Amino acid sequence: MTNTTTLLAWRNIWRHPRRTLLTIAAMVFADVLLIFMLGLQLGQYRMMIDNSLAIFTGQMQVQADGYNDEPYMYRTIPAADALAEDIRARTQLEAVATRGYGFALVSSETRTLGAQISGVDPQFEPRVSTLPGLIKQGRYLDGKADNEIVIGSTLARNLRIEPGDELTILGSGRDGSMAATVTPVVGIYESGNRDMDRMMLSMPLDTFRDVFSMGDTAHSIVIGGERERADRIATGAQAALADKDSLVLLDWETLMPGLKQAIQADFTSAWFMYAVLIILVAFGMLNTMLMSVLERTHEFGILLALGVGHGKLGRMIVTESAVLATTGMLIGILIGAVVVGYYLVNGFTYPGMEAMGERFNIPSVLRPEVSLRSLLPGPLAVFLATMLASLYPILHMRKLRPTEALQAV
Amino acid sequence: MNNPAVICHKVDKTFQQGELAVHALSGVDLEIASGGFVCLSGPSGSGKTTLLNMIGGLDRPSGGEITVADLRIDRMRMSELAELRLHHIGFVFQAYNLIPVLNARENVEFVMQLQGVAAAKRHALAMDILEEVGLKGMEERRPGELSGGQQQRVAVARAIVSKPALILADEPTANLDSATAEKLMQQMRDLNTHIGTTFVISTHDKLVMSYAKRLIKLHDGKIVDDIAQQ
Ligand SMILES: Nc1ncnc2c1ncn2[C@@H]1O[C@H](COP(=O)(O)OP(=O)(O)OP(=O)(O)O)[C@@H](O)[C@H]1O
Ligand SMILES: [Mg+2]
Repeated sequence: MTNTTTLLAWRNIWRHPRRTLLTIAAMVFADVLLIFMLGLQLGQYRMMIDNSLAIFTGQMQVQADGYNDEPYMYRTIPAADALAEDIRARTQLEAVATRGYGFALVSSETRTLGAQISGVDPQFEPRVSTLPGLIKQGRYLDGKADNEIVIGSTLARNLRIEPGDELTILGSGRDGSMAATVTPVVGIYESGNRDMDRMMLSMPLDTFRDVFSMGDTAHSIVIGGERERADRIATGAQAALADKDSLVLLDWETLMPGLKQAIQADFTSAWFMYAVLIILVAFGMLNTMLMSVLERTHEFGILLALGVGHGKLGRMIVTESAVLATTGMLIGILIGAVVVGYYLVNGFTYPGMEAMGERFNIPSVLRPEVSLRSLLPGPLAVFLATMLASLYPILHMRKLRPTEALQAV
Repeated sequence: MNNPAVICHKVDKTFQQGELAVHALSGVDLEIASGGFVCLSGPSGSGKTTLLNMIGGLDRPSGGEITVADLRIDRMRMSELAELRLHHIGFVFQAYNLIPVLNARENVEFVMQLQGVAAAKRHALAMDILEEVGLKGMEERRPGELSGGQQQRVAVARAIVSKPALILADEPTANLDSATAEKLMQQMRDLNTHIGTTFVISTHDKLVMSYAKRLIKLHDGKIVDDIAQQ
């Protein structure tokens, strides 16, 4: 029974091969474009997240409960180095580093400014942070000397200092006592992150602990590693925290809520552009289907006279659209996958990217994401939009009276 | 005996053309016996096509009652009318009867396929009937590859192959030469004689009229003459 309409639908599709192929080509083009743009966009987000996290934040951090929201100095992790060692053992990951943070006034000979001080473990810090690789003058903390600091480029400029100069640091310790020291600057870094370059300086954790009366505590244990393995790493880290109620493990979304929001906002505006493209393709399909229905009015009259019901005619038109839309979608996904696959292997780059990559220690090529969430949404949306568009000719056809149709030529 | 194949009772059809009301049919009373071979004649615009369309359920009367196969078709829904046409009525129009994307055999098989006839059976029936109407060897040609007369014979083959009780033909020979027309008429009359299929044929063609058992003349939407022939 249904064979009749299926056969007719199939023959009708190939009645104007060029028109059919052009319609499919438009869908394929839109699919490939959507897959490419979405893949690139997701790849870019991934890179953005990876780079942002790699500079300083890490994939996750252990902190005292509440420190992330209100970073009071007394909210510390007791016996932090032992805990970090335990996490390393459980996660089989070397990229675990202990840190302390404090706020202080720093003075050069001519200026005094407020700054964020971080005490870092020179041995493990380079494994969780790319900052040590972003030194543009002098060197990073080498772990040999206790008393030395590296400082952000903007802060250094504002304080008018260079490597070799000394800074006086004045703040309050964990117990509220006065914290003061004089330290030589050994390096200046430029991370590309404005706040970090303007506000931060780093010193060895041991010195930080002495100056800020921290004992064996710290404010965070930063855990790096690859994001693909984040779940497994988190399980290991969580096990190390099993008997420590006052400590929490925070993921990057909690640590950097702004980054996630920025990505979501960007994504929303991109969807608007995608929607426009999808609607354009749908109108193309609407046009094709409407034309093919209108030119067959007389034929529909014959079909109606032979006893084909309106419902069956409607199904025939839906079948035609479905065949076109499905073919377009499958070819689109296939070619789209090949295109993004090519750029996944070879990398995608545009002018200026290389220079930027070198300067900020990030990859100079973009690799699109090749996954179901980059390959499917675009083609599926095009498919649905074209099927929706083909409803209009069907509504038009439903009202067709046989005699009226037979009179058409 | 059998009930009449078609009963028209006070059938009116008015077309609204802008301000103007065109009375295509006015008060047509007509009974066609089952097994009849009826010819509708009359000048252009007299209402022949309109009457055939009403009987075939392709359009609804503005007034009056129409009964086909004991069913009041003026009250039926579109989908019910489609079912009725599929199983009881065959149509032959003046031209362009065929589905252009299907070849001759597929066109003939089409209705049987809709009726659910098994593939092998309908294939055999289609081949036989095409041979009967003189189209052997042309079964796989598309309508575009057939002459007007050949197309018309395919249309007749399609109309008669599933042996409907009623066949409505609107000027079936209008585009045919007289030899072809004659052959077509003979085939229709054979079917009428052997199976008892009821035929209602509209025409201007004297040849067609000469085949009719009953000749009805229309003028301005009214029956003006109704002659029985031998
Ligand atoms: N869809 C329509 N809209 C308006 N008027 C119509 C319509 N169809 C038919 N008519 C009118 O109804 C009348 C009868 O038309 P019909 O087609 O039945 O005549 P006919 O006898 O078949 O003529 P012909 O021999 O030329 O085929 C004519 O006056 C025609 O103009
Ligand atoms: Mg007519």
